[in-house]
Amino acid sequence: MTVMMDTGNRIAAKAAQMAKPEVVAAYPITPQTVIVEEIARYVQSGQLDAEYICVESEHTVMTASIGASATGVRTFTATSAHGLALMHEMLHWAALARLPIVMVNVNRTLGPGWSIWADETDSVAQRDTGWIQFYCSGNQEIFDTVIQAFRLAENREIQLPVMINYDAFILSHTSMPVEIPDQEAIDEFLPKFKPFWQLDTDNPITHGNLVSEDDYMDIRYGMHLAHENAKKLIPEIALEWKETFATYHGGLIEEYRCQDAEFIIMAMGAIGAEAKLSVDNLRSEGHRVGLARIRVIRPFPNEEIQRIGRGKTLIVVDRNISVGSGGAVFTETKSALCGLNDCRVFGFVAGLGGRDVTYEDLADMTRKVMNNEASETEWWDLKETGGA
Amino acid sequence: MALKNLPREELLFPGAAACPGCVGCLSLRIALKALGKETILVIPASCTASIEGYFPKTPFNVPVLTIAFEAGAAGASGVSAALKRLGKDETNVVVWAGDGGTYDIGIQALSGAVERGTHFIYICYNNEIYSNTGIQRSGATPFGAWTTTTWSGKTEHRKDLPRILMAHEIPYLATASASYVEDLFRKVQRAKTIRGSKYIEIHIPCAPGWRFPMDKTIEIGRLAVESGAWALFEYENGELTFNGRSKRILEGQVEPKPIEDYMKTQGRFRHLFEPRRDEERLTEIKRHLESDWARFRKQIQLQTA
Repeated sequence: MTVMMDTGNRIAAKAAQMAKPEVVAAYPITPQTVIVEEIARYVQSGQLDAEYICVESEHTVMTASIGASATGVRTFTATSAHGLALMHEMLHWAALARLPIVMVNVNRTLGPGWSIWADETDSVAQRDTGWIQFYCSGNQEIFDTVIQAFRLAENREIQLPVMINYDAFILSHTSMPVEIPDQEAIDEFLPKFKPFWQLDTDNPITHGNLVSEDDYMDIRYGMHLAHENAKKLIPEIALEWKETFATYHGGLIEEYRCQDAEFIIMAMGAIGAEAKLSVDNLRSEGHRVGLARIRVIRPFPNEEIQRIGRGKTLIVVDRNISVGSGGAVFTETKSALCGLNDCRVFGFVAGLGGRDVTYEDLADMTRKVMNNEASETEWWDLKETGGA
Repeated sequence: MALKNLPREELLFPGAAACPGCVGCLSLRIALKALGKETILVIPASCTASIEGYFPKTPFNVPVLTIAFEAGAAGASGVSAALKRLGKDETNVVVWAGDGGTYDIGIQALSGAVERGTHFIYICYNNEIYSNTGIQRSGATPFGAWTTTTWSGKTEHRKDLPRILMAHEIPYLATASASYVEDLFRKVQRAKTIRGSKYIEIHIPCAPGWRFPMDKTIEIGRLAVESGAWALFEYENGELTFNGRSKRILEGQVEPKPIEDYMKTQGRFRHLFEPRRDEERLTEIKRHLESDWARFRKQIQLQTA
C-alpha cells in the first residue's frame, strides 16, 4: 500500500489504470480532461496495456465503448456535463445491451451560460438510462468506487454499466491523500473480465435486431431485477473492500450519527462530506442531528430510506434540479416515504452552477427546519433578484 | 471471379425480411461471400437493420452488432480495438450502412474513424434515399428526384462522399454496383487485404423507393453505369482507376447512353418528363453529369502526367 496525494481526477485515472481496462475511448471536456490525459500517458508510457482511442465526440466515446465491451474486453471511460448529454442515446444502448462499461462523470453545469462548475443535473438527468449511479464525497471514495464498480458491473447478476460521479473542481481538482493498495491485491479483488456475451465468429449471434412488442418488456424487467440485485451487492462489495483494504464509505447510503438523531440531513457528493461538519457543530450545540449521504441514486435506496426516515425529520439538499418538479433526491425520498406518516421531508435546492454550499449553510437550513420556519421546498441562497 | 465460381458458403441465409427484389440484400450476400466467416458486421439503423428480422431469429451466419443510426463507424472502432487486444486482428470488422447513415447522420463518426486509421471496411449501400423510413431525401439523392420530402424533386445535387473520403487519404476506396457482382466481389476481396480504413460504396436501385417494377432492378443498375449516372472506380495509394464500362466511357471508347434513358425507367423522375419536359432541370442534370466526368478525366490526366 502507498499513499498518493492527488486530485480526484488523477486518483480516478490511477484507479482506472489499476483496474486494467483493455480499451479506453475518450474525448476531453473540462473538468474531466486530466483523467483522459493521465490514461493516455499511462498507455503511451507502457503503464497500462490497453488500446486508447482518441475519438471525435462523446457520442463515439460511448459507441466505441459499446463496440469494445460487446467484443468482450473490459472498458473504461470518463466524461462530464455536455459530453454526458451527447452520449444520452448510447447510455440507453449500453444498458439495454447489458454491457459492464465503467465511466466516471465529473458533475458539471449544463449551458447555456457556459459554466464549468459543480452541478449534478448532468447525471441526474440520466437516471432513466439504466446505468447504476454512484456519487462520491472524497478522493479515497473515488478510488475505491471505481475499482468496486468493475466488480459490480461485471457480476453475472448485474451486467450493467456503472457511472461514478463527483463534483467538478471541488473534488476533481482538489488534492487529498489516498491509500492505494498494491496491484496484486487489486487483481485479487477484481479478477479478469469474463464476458456474459460477446461478438464471436465461432458463435455468430445477431445482437440488437428487431424485438417484438411481445418480448421487449421482459428485457426491461431483467434490467429492473439487476438493479434490485445491485441493492444487495453494492453493500456486500463495499464490506468486502473494507475487510480487505480497511477503507469504507457506506453501502447505498453512508449513515453518520443517525442512530439517535431527530433531524437527518440528506445530500450527495461533496455536499455530503461538508454536512458531516454541520452535524458535528449542531450536535455540539445540543441538537440531535445526523447525516444520510446518498451514495447511489440508481438503484434508489427506497428500503434504506424507509428504515432511516421513520420518525425523523429529513432535510434533503440537492445540487441538481428537475425544473418543474424539484431536486432529485428530495422528490425520490418523498416517493420512497409516501404512506409513512411519521416522518417529515424538507427539500432545499442549493449550489446549482457551482454556487458555494458551506457547512454553515447546511446548519442554517437545518436550524430553519428545527425552528419550523422552512417551507416544504426552498431554493437556498437566491439573490434578491433571483428568478428575474 | 466468374459468378459460378463464387464461394458456395452462404453467410446470409434466405428468410431475411427484405423487400422482394432487393439488391441491397443481394449485394450483402455477395460481399459476405468475399469477406468469409471471420467477419463481424456492425449495422446501424437502415433497411438492413430491419432485414435482420425479429429476435431470436436471424438470417446472418456471422456475428452482428446492431447500432444506432449515426454510430456505425464508431461501433466498429470499438470492435476493432477490442479484437486487437484479443489477438484476433485478422477478423474483418465491417460496417454495412445505408446512404442516410453514411452521407448524413453518420459522416462525423465515419470521418473520425478514417482519420484515426481504424482497421475496418465501411460499406455504404447507397439507394439514394432514406428508404427504411419511407423514401425521404438524403445527401445522396440526385437532383430532381421525387421523394416524400421533395415532392416536386430535390433542388440540390448529391454530395460527393467518395471525394470527401479521398481527402482523408483513405488507403482504399471503391465504388461498385449491385448489377456488377463480380466487380463487387473483387473489390471487397481487395479491401480485405489492406491495413487501415477501406470504403466501398455500392449503388443499389430501390424498386419501391425509385418507383419502378421490382424485376427491373438489375437492368436499372446497369443503365446507371452505362449512362454515366454511376461510375465504377477504385482509389488506392492515392491513385484513381476506373473499371469496366466506366473506364471505357472515361477513355472515350464507348459513348454513354443518354441519361434520360436511365431516368425514364423510374417514377421518381417522371415529373421531369410529364406532363411536359422540364428542359431547365434536365439541362442542369446533364451539365452536372458532364462536369463530374470532366473532373474524373482531369484527375486521371494529372495522374498520368
